[in-house]
Amino acid sequence: MRFLHLVWRNLARRIVRTSLTALAIMVAFLLFGFLAALRVAFNAGVDVTGADRLMVSHKVSIIQPLPIAYSTQIGQVPGVREVTHANWFGGVYKDPKNFFPRMAVDPVTYLDIYPEIKLPEEQKRAWLADRTGAIVGRVTADRFGFKVGDRIPILSTIYTKRDGGRNWEFTVDGIFDAPKGTDTSALLFQYDYLKEATFANNQVGWYIIRISDPRHAQQVVDRIDAMFANSHAETKTSTEKAFAEGFAKQAGDIGAIITGIVSAVFFTLLLVAGNTMAQSVRERTSELAVLKTLGYGDGLVMGLVLLESCLLVLVAGGLGLYGAWVFDSLGDPTGGYLPVFYLPPRDLVLGFGFAAALGLATGALPAWQAMRLRIVDALRRV
Amino acid sequence: MGLLRWFSQVWAVTLLNLRTIGQRRGSSAAAVFGVAGVVMVFVAVLSIAEGFRATLAATGSPASVIVMRGGSDSEMMSGISRDNARIVADGPGVQRTAQGEAASAELYVVVSLPKRSTRTDANVPLRGVQPAAFAVRKDVHLVAGRMFQWGHNEVIAGVGAARQFAGLDLGSTLHLGENVWHVVGLFASGGSLSESEIWTDVDLLMPAYRRTMFQSVHLELADAASFDRFKDALTTDPRLDVSVLRETDYYAEQSRSLTTIITVLGYIITVLMAVGAVFGAVLTMYSAVASRTREIATLRALGFSSGPVQISVLAEAMVLALAGGAIGGLLAYFFFDGYRTSTLNWQSFSQVAFAFRVTPRLLLTAIVVTLPMGLIGGLFPAIRAGTLPVAAALRET
Repeated sequence: MRFLHLVWRNLARRIVRTSLTALAIMVAFLLFGFLAALRVAFNAGVDVTGADRLMVSHKVSIIQPLPIAYSTQIGQVPGVREVTHANWFGGVYKDPKNFFPRMAVDPVTYLDIYPEIKLPEEQKRAWLADRTGAIVGRVTADRFGFKVGDRIPILSTIYTKRDGGRNWEFTVDGIFDAPKGTDTSALLFQYDYLKEATFANNQVGWYIIRISDPRHAQQVVDRIDAMFANSHAETKTSTEKAFAEGFAKQAGDIGAIITGIVSAVFFTLLLVAGNTMAQSVRERTSELAVLKTLGYGDGLVMGLVLLESCLLVLVAGGLGLYGAWVFDSLGDPTGGYLPVFYLPPRDLVLGFGFAAALGLATGALPAWQAMRLRIVDALRRV
Repeated sequence: MGLLRWFSQVWAVTLLNLRTIGQRRGSSAAAVFGVAGVVMVFVAVLSIAEGFRATLAATGSPASVIVMRGGSDSEMMSGISRDNARIVADGPGVQRTAQGEAASAELYVVVSLPKRSTRTDANVPLRGVQPAAFAVRKDVHLVAGRMFQWGHNEVIAGVGAARQFAGLDLGSTLHLGENVWHVVGLFASGGSLSESEIWTDVDLLMPAYRRTMFQSVHLELADAASFDRFKDALTTDPRLDVSVLRETDYYAEQSRSLTTIITVLGYIITVLMAVGAVFGAVLTMYSAVASRTREIATLRALGFSSGPVQISVLAEAMVLALAGGAIGGLLAYFFFDGYRTSTLNWQSFSQVAFAFRVTPRLLLTAIVVTLPMGLIGGLFPAIRAGTLPVAAALRET
């Protein structure tokens, strides 16, 4: 690009103003990247749900248990490939502040249905053989420094042991990873241990089902709910995506508020940056006229002005997005309340798209004016 | 130069600057709206926390106490047997009324009801109470319909819950398993957390949710100062394993995660936005000064010294920032004050209905925040205006 030098000199002639514009744009894109990570955090799980998974919970509310006997009945419904279940265990690890989810599951079927849970083979074998063992997700293991072989004491709040005690201890048999975007803050242990140690009399919290064909999800949903209609424990079945979305929506209007904030930022940014860039072109009206006198075509002059604004916005915006990426990689800023916190590549691309659009939009009017400029008029101006 | 003359110069140039703001409508408006945007977001985010705090503050009086199973961090995870509930109610210092002790053994569960705004299911808290509940929470009063009858499948709904969730209008019915429950009344409680709840007779709710135990005892002490005595008596009683908390402490703890999230995120967003806005303000003021280079040089050539010129630029920046702050604060007030929403409180696993609150204190904070923005925004351009070489500046285009 032989004109790049010219563009660069134009940007550098008012270096303070150019840096300030760049900084303002940078901060805005930093904010954009931070908000993108927040959106993911609040929607945790929605983007990574399995299309072939259904959730079955008690119709009245999720805190009501379902009989374990439903497992066999659900397994016989046409279209169902596999059934597993989970119980919310709750409890306290040392202090209520140290919150992370703890669930009792059936290990073999649970790991089958959630293939995204990546557990080394030997750790998996160890867990299956260890009745009081547990596996812990990467986020929580890192947070508390859990290692394989550690014993984690948990004071239960929901379940009481047969001897009346509420102190539980789980051996860490494995630490699992999962693809980005999947919550890895849970501790999973064997349902059999829960059943043996308590009077939990064959109740489970919810069922997770894998179906053979996601296109027929609705039929399976209807069949299951019809099967238990008018029983003492009616069910509500939904796709995992709908379930996760419903859960995210419980948090309320956060998404809408965040979108509002992003728009406000970009509106402000557009005004400020656009105003400054337009002014810097206005100041150079006579220079542009000189360029045209020298034989630069209308298109070329317009291109130069556009290039200048796009270059500025893209470089500054890119730096801002990079900063956001670094900031977001540091993880959850609230210390444990938002376990899934990262900048998705999709939003990174979107950010660059916004930067390009901003560059074009702010450069468009001055560029058009530069193109329409009549040499005689321009040269006559003081 | 006499001090008086210096001041009269400051006065004259500043007045000139402010009067001619209308001539620079575009750049001034950009500055004002930039600041206004920041302040609006700032106030809006903090008004969420403020509203939430107000709801908490209205909940629980100093003399009210909650008793749960030892180690429980929320009512839903707790369990208290009927016998133990009796022992708790007989504890020392519990307020007595004509109907007996002001102690209500309760069950706290959730029911799935669709949110009006999203049509998706949410965990709405459903509380089974005993008659003494109304002596413990004196601010609960009916605003529509009638009280539920004890021993009937009837509920009364808090106004916050009724507004946020479908199916809680007066006369509608709730299906909890095999039974149908009628909504016969709506109650208010001065904006407290109770307004997010549905209340019914605990003795009917227990079989409906297949529970055999209460979860908590809410009680009122005759004297707030006797809390320690009451707590010691219960925690040393060998028949009991309970934790005793003031309601105010309990609810503050219950909402800590939500408060943390809102405050931490609110501040990060605000700081980033404020930094962006300062750059924006500096830029705008720079442009304003740059476009008036010749004008300023003329003033200096006429004999105005650089001090007054600098102060006038600074003053202009402050005025624009203040105007922006005021506009932003007002916009936030009109758009967000009283905006009702509900969110999931993770610790209680249930919905809390509350309203955003833009308080005068918040508006004042917003105005105070805009001053440094104007100051920093005007500082560099002011220095530039004061140090322009007059001869060169006069020639500039």
